[in-house]
Amino acid sequence: MPGSLSKDAIATIFVTAVLIWVMPLLIGTYTLTVLIIYGMLGLSLGLIWGFGGILCFGQAAFFGLGAYTYAIAAINIGESTLPMFLAIVVPAIFAALLGAMMFYGRLTDVYLGVITLVVTLILFKFINSTAGPQYVIGKARLGGFNGIPGFQTLNVPGSPDAYIWGDSYFYVCAVLMGMVFLLASALLRSSFGRIAVGIRENETRMSLMGYDVRARKTVLFAIGAAIAGLAGALFANWGEIVTPNLFSLGQSAEIIIWCIVGGLGTRFGPILGAAGLAYLKFLLGQQALIDNTLITGLILVLFVLFLPKGIVPALTGLWKVSFGRRPLGRIHHKRRNRQRQRLNG
Amino acid sequence: MAEVVLETHALTMRFGGVVAANNVDFKLHARELRCLIGPNGAGKSTFFKCVTGLQTPTEGEVYMCGIETTHWMPHQIASLGVGIKTQTPNVLDALSVSENIWLAARRFHDPKEANRKTQEVIERLALGSIARDGLGRLAHGERQRVELGLVAVGDPWLVLLDEPAAGMSAEDVERMTGIIHELNKSAAIIIVEHDMQFIRSIAEMVTVFHQGKVLMEDHVGRVMSDPTVRNVYLGKKN
Repeated sequence: MPGSLSKDAIATIFVTAVLIWVMPLLIGTYTLTVLIIYGMLGLSLGLIWGFGGILCFGQAAFFGLGAYTYAIAAINIGESTLPMFLAIVVPAIFAALLGAMMFYGRLTDVYLGVITLVVTLILFKFINSTAGPQYVIGKARLGGFNGIPGFQTLNVPGSPDAYIWGDSYFYVCAVLMGMVFLLASALLRSSFGRIAVGIRENETRMSLMGYDVRARKTVLFAIGAAIAGLAGALFANWGEIVTPNLFSLGQSAEIIIWCIVGGLGTRFGPILGAAGLAYLKFLLGQQALIDNTLITGLILVLFVLFLPKGIVPALTGLWKVSFGRRPLGRIHHKRRNRQRQRLNG
Repeated sequence: MAEVVLETHALTMRFGGVVAANNVDFKLHARELRCLIGPNGAGKSTFFKCVTGLQTPTEGEVYMCGIETTHWMPHQIASLGVGIKTQTPNVLDALSVSENIWLAARRFHDPKEANRKTQEVIERLALGSIARDGLGRLAHGERQRVELGLVAVGDPWLVLLDEPAAGMSAEDVERMTGIIHELNKSAAIIIVEHDMQFIRSIAEMVTVFHQGKVLMEDHVGRVMSDPTVRNVYLGKKN
């Protein structure tokens, strides 16, 4: 990645601040909050798929697991700080175990996709079947298809009565998004991130260089799940209810579409794809003329056919062609040569 | 006699009913350069894959400096300080030459030292003019040279090269020969190769494989003039 981490930090803080200021003038903060959460979920898959080459069909599993962990912990604890922490840790541990099983078992990409998809389905089916009173964790009833409502939502750490909601919750989500983005940038600039990109490119070569590909993929997979878990907890707080639909196949498919449309192998692409498509879905939801999924499917087909790299890589390419350093570099080089010739007489 | 750095005992690899490597006993000493030759299907590449961990032998054992590595994975073998170059250029196409070499250097050094080693290898292998280019855009010979850079940057004590001169121009082969000789000052080298001219220019000791077995092991001159070997290559002996 060109540039440095400090430049990344400055750019991220600046862009986040501008978006926090401008976006509420255009869209309501309630809708914006969920767009940010989806952006974080998109980034979680964009990180492991775009930079680590791990195509996970079940990112929704970690999203749902984060949301359910938060809801169950919040009911039992009655304060949101520890549940938020658990919502990150539990999906990460689950993903580490699942990842270790898949990567150490030398599964190929196709089987990896199938297994992650099946795990999501199992969780969806299981949670749906927990409507009975026997399915209780501490004080929290799992609630089956009805989900879990009425849990403690986000509060100021240490003050369970000081709820963070409305515009304040939007600011918290936006700042967390900025922090996750920065952490992802730092990770990708570190040796670990560069090695992950190497693994995406050629596992055999990285193995012949002496890297344990299985261990590194497992760690990256767990990091992606931790981010998805955080997004899930934020979603639970936003919706004030968690339902089995969080684990649905539709949700899993949408995350993949967000990444393809936004642009794989970029940090910003999956966020843009997620926020853009989710907002489009929100707008389409206000009419009954055309089916929502039909439009999403059509967008995917159009992107795969005409813009396979996604929006962000296409815009970056366009920018490089129009204002890239090379043409300007050549102009400066010619100018310098002319000056030298003049000086030499 | 120098220390034995690589040894195989009765190494056998079967694919169903086909025995690709059959009871191969092999020894390589420190700083020795050995070429493995033989017609297509002789078992050279299978032997190479079994030694590098890319395939697990059906029977037999592999030892590296006395440590049994028979069931080890490639990354474990590479971590011992073994440099491996496969038959086709196995590089990271989307990354630049310097990024490729840096990743190989980072495995054995801290980031600062990896930067220094990368620069050193780029200069040693005359890759400076293409250091920032993506591997996917380079010619075959340049890719082969970069892969040798990936091997060299780890300061290996054992180097395993599968057809390093394949598909290269005479100029590239000459440059490759120089690099291999330089590597050989500190490392034992095994080269699996078909190009007899290249073998004559580089090898002293040669092991001839035929039908999965070691047919002959001798000095390159004697091997080349041996009627049995000539017959094997010309297909007159089974």
